[in-house]
Amino acid sequence: MSSRISRRRVIAGLAAVPSVAVLGGCAIGGGGGESTGATGGTAEKTPENPFGVVADSTLEVVGFSGGAVAVSYEKVHNPAIKAAFPQLQLTYTGTESQTQVLQPRFVGGTPPDFVDNTGAGQMDINALISQEQVLDLTPLFDAPSVDDPAVPLKDTLLTGTLEAATYNGVPRVVPYTTGPQGLWYDRKLFAKNGWAAPATWADFLAVLEKAKAAGLQPFGFAGKTAPDYCTTAILSSAIKAGGLDVVRNIDNLAEGAWRADAVKQALTAWAEIGAKYVARSNEGLQHTEVQLLQTQGKLAFYPCGSWLEGEMTKDIPPGFEYAMIATPSLSPADKLPAAALRATPTGAFFVAAKGKNTAAALEYLRRMLSRQSAAGHLGVTSQLTVVRDATDGVELSAGTRSAADALTAAGADTFTWKFMGWYKPMADAIKEATNGLMFGRLTPDAFADTMQKVADEVRADSSITKFQRQ
Amino acid sequence: MRHGRLRFIGGFLIIPLVLYTVFMVLPSAQSFQIAFTDWRGVSATANYVGFDNFARVFQSELFWKAMRNHGVLLLVVPLTTIVLAMYFAFLVNIGGRREGGRLHGLRGSAFYRVVFFFPQVLSVAIVGVLFQSVFRPDDAGIVNGLLAPFGVDPIGFLIDPSIALWSIIAVMVWAGVGFYFVLFSAAMAGIPAEVVEAASLDGAGRVRLFFSIIVPMVRDTVQTAWVFLGMAALDAFVLVKVLSVNNGGPDGATTMVPVQVYGKAFNEYQFGQASAAAVVLFFIIMTFAALTMRVTRREQLEY
Repeated sequence: MSSRISRRRVIAGLAAVPSVAVLGGCAIGGGGGESTGATGGTAEKTPENPFGVVADSTLEVVGFSGGAVAVSYEKVHNPAIKAAFPQLQLTYTGTESQTQVLQPRFVGGTPPDFVDNTGAGQMDINALISQEQVLDLTPLFDAPSVDDPAVPLKDTLLTGTLEAATYNGVPRVVPYTTGPQGLWYDRKLFAKNGWAAPATWADFLAVLEKAKAAGLQPFGFAGKTAPDYCTTAILSSAIKAGGLDVVRNIDNLAEGAWRADAVKQALTAWAEIGAKYVARSNEGLQHTEVQLLQTQGKLAFYPCGSWLEGEMTKDIPPGFEYAMIATPSLSPADKLPAAALRATPTGAFFVAAKGKNTAAALEYLRRMLSRQSAAGHLGVTSQLTVVRDATDGVELSAGTRSAADALTAAGADTFTWKFMGWYKPMADAIKEATNGLMFGRLTPDAFADTMQKVADEVRADSSITKFQRQ
Repeated sequence: MRHGRLRFIGGFLIIPLVLYTVFMVLPSAQSFQIAFTDWRGVSATANYVGFDNFARVFQSELFWKAMRNHGVLLLVVPLTTIVLAMYFAFLVNIGGRREGGRLHGLRGSAFYRVVFFFPQVLSVAIVGVLFQSVFRPDDAGIVNGLLAPFGVDPIGFLIDPSIALWSIIAVMVWAGVGFYFVLFSAAMAGIPAEVVEAASLDGAGRVRLFFSIIVPMVRDTVQTAWVFLGMAALDAFVLVKVLSVNNGGPDGATTMVPVQVYGKAFNEYQFGQASAAAVVLFFIIMTFAALTMRVTRREQLEY
């Protein structure tokens, strides 16, 4: 029984709670009416203006107000569209609290046109898509690119971008930045001690042992706020060992996906790292605290994404140089090469399906994905974007350069997983289980059983929209 | 005349009453409606799903872990806080020297009065952040840093599943004693001096005085305190959110229903299921409050 909840229904349904009879302006009462009155999109469509943006229409953009990204909106993205459409009336606001600021507007049917749904305050994209609040972006990816109108936009992006943008066969979001993820260390410290960056598991164990002998904590992660960083290392090992089928099965909630041999092999290897090389106290620390241990020279390896250096800028002492390697391969029998790594196109920029000027919002995104904007974004934020060849001529810091090099070395052998974004109960469960495994409360088998159980529960739960991937 | 007074009082009350109704009563009441829907919180439509959400709540393992944790809190927090607060209030107000037939507090009681109240000045979130440093599980933690020179291994206050809940209880008690100390002090100040003096002259020692005179005479206040503390034990949201590993961990050792409500709503966007859990919690709190009032009801003392 699907219905728009009207005031009358509310009263009828709630005869048992008489005090609610006067619902006025409540969460799901009323409803703000469909706003499909598009003020844009009616101009002539040309390769320069593929969505037919009306020159003097209005566009509302809600960007991200956190740190350097805010600067990028001001200095790069907003000027880019103003340069192309000088008469466009652009309303820009930045926020880190999308849930508080925007949720009521989606409920009321008056969302902004463009939303940067990233950061800790983001709205659940699964819920938004299942409630038909997110525009189909197929026209965007098929549109001519800004740099070369002969090439469709989708062909100017890194491998895996379109897949990351796609939910059940339909591209819905633009993941703008890409984060190669691996193990971070201090290149100078390693050079001084004569330790080589490991590519095989045996080398990895040898370096960990040397670091331990030198009085360092060999491996660490923040169990309190970021156990998922370690989850990334564990799953990367499993996928490199067993190939992409491992991650496809996990994401598609296949029967027994978590009991695959490659998964068990990775869990066993990492449980040993946890038992021998991770300090017990790490479980109670926050990511910034553990990251500080590393910049203070007390920690050898830390699993993280390419944002690490930017986050720690203020705390990097002289003589410290961030570098990143892919998770070492478990054995020579690994299905993927040693350089393979997780590169997640991250960030979810989307166009509200009920926005007033979807054409201009699409154009805004198309211009963000030009090489010039991408290079500008990289210059301001040190974030690598999904736009190909956008690092040329940009001065990069050591850590970002190292991450970019690792990404180049991986080539087409990049992978990522979706279940943590698609199914929050699984994301919560695997964080808990990662702590359990690394701090000795869960055996590899118990970890696999726990995750399989949660996956089976999610599969059976009718209230959760399911997604499939290739 | 009477009419004028009503209008006077009504004039004062109308604004707070409207605000309270619009921002407190109506949204709370609407969660009863939402609890019966599959609302995802991002559109104006929702389907009624009957008691599905409640079935989910009762089938959830985590929910029962939370109930067990609330149970422990409900037993330990009110009892410990009240006993400590009563003891301190007694010592500071009556437990000291006798002077001219009057009982006074311990030496320096004015100082203790201020010190005990300190934690109450801090917001709970700040208390949480403070105790992050106190409980930090390596040598940089305040407690572990003090113990380290004696060769004690760092204690994992919040990461050891067997003591994590107790660490949070300790914070709740530490933060709560001050307020109830002041509350009980006020209640004790309201006891007529003649009664205490008479008992004292009749040879009642301090212990006898405490149990036979003071406790019965501040009984109503203790009952109020018990209800408040019980509600705090059924909440504990802020401290768990700030202090615990992974919002209620490790392994659900410190999970609470409100933390789950928050996660269901603002992490998973299952507002229907979140509201159902909230409604269940509402009835638990009401039951607790009603039971406490009923069980401890007694005749008023007239003096």
